Amino acid sequence: MTAKVAYADVEAGTELPACSFPVDRARLVRYAGASGDFNPIHWNERFAKEVGLPDVIAHGMFTMAEAGRVITDWTGDPGALVEYGVRFTKPVVVPDDEQGAVIEVTGKVAAKLDDEERTVRVDLTATSAGQKVLGLARAVVRLG
Amino acid sequence: MAIDQSFVGRTYPPSRPYEVGREKIREFAQAIGDTNPACTDVEAAAALGHPDVVAPPTFVFALSFEEASRVVQDPQLGLDYSRVVHRDQKFSYTRPVRAGDVLSVTSTIESVKSLAGNEMVAVRGEVEDGTGEHVVTVHTTLVARALEEE
Repeated sequence: MTAKVAYADVEAGTELPACSFPVDRARLVRYAGASGDFNPIHWNERFAKEVGLPDVIAHGMFTMAEAGRVITDWTGDPGALVEYGVRFTKPVVVPDDEQGAVIEVTGKVAAKLDDEERTVRVDLTATSAGQKVLGLARAVVRLG
Repeated sequence: MAIDQSFVGRTYPPSRPYEVGREKIREFAQAIGDTNPACTDVEAAAALGHPDVVAPPTFVFALSFEEASRVVQDPQLGLDYSRVVHRDQKFSYTRPVRAGDVLSVTSTIESVKSLAGNEMVAVRGEVEDGTGEHVVTVHTTLVARALEEE
C-alpha cells in the first residue's frame, strides 16, 4: 500500500484539498442501487414527509463515503485508511430541483501519531446548507 | 421499554459468504463519484501493491449493515425498527476489501443504552475473508428514537 503523500511532508495543521460534492435525486437513486439501501426516505418525498422529514434526505453512508474521498483523493490509495469514523448529526436534505444539495468537506492533519507506522490523524468537517452534517469525523491514515 | 442488558455480548452466527466482484466495486465507486483507478483497473491497483482492484473504504457497510439490521430486528430485543436511525459509524481496517474476497461478518451486540427515551444499540461486525483472516471491524450504532409526545 503506497500513499502518494509522504509522512515527512506533513505536520499537524496541514490542510487537505477541500472538496464540494453535489447531490441530486438521481445520485441518491444510483447510490441506493450500488449500496443496496433502498429505504424510501432517500428517494420518496411523500414517504419522507410522512415520517416527519422536511424532504428526501441523503443516505448517511453516502455523506460518509464522499467525506472519505477527501482523504483517499489526497493519499491516492484507498488502502491507506487504517480507521475512519463519523457521527451523523444532521441530515443532508435533497430537494427535487435543478441544484439539489451540496456537501462541503474540509480536512486537516490533527496530529502525527506514529513515526514507525507513518500514521497521522485527519479531522474532517462536512457541512450542507450551512449545517454541520457529520460530527467526530476522524480518520487514521498511513502515509508513504 | 428499556432493552434488557443481558443482550450485551451476544454474538450472532456468521453471515452467508459474500463474494466481492470487480463490477460491484466499479458500480459502487461510480455511485460515489470516486474516479480512483485502483477501484477499477487491476494494473493501477497492482501499482499500489494490491493484488486486485480495491473497494472504496465504506463499501463493506453494505454487507455489515445487512447483518446489523438482522441483529436489531431480533424480536427478543424488542426494538421498534421503524424508528431506527444511524448514529455512529466506524471502520478499523487490517487491509482494504478487494475483488475476489469471500467475506463473512460475525456480529456482536457491544452495548445497549437508554437515553431520554431513545434506545441505542451498538453492534460490532468482524469481517473476515475466506481464509479466516481479519479484514475490517465495523462499528455501527443505531438509535430507535423515542415516540414523540402527541
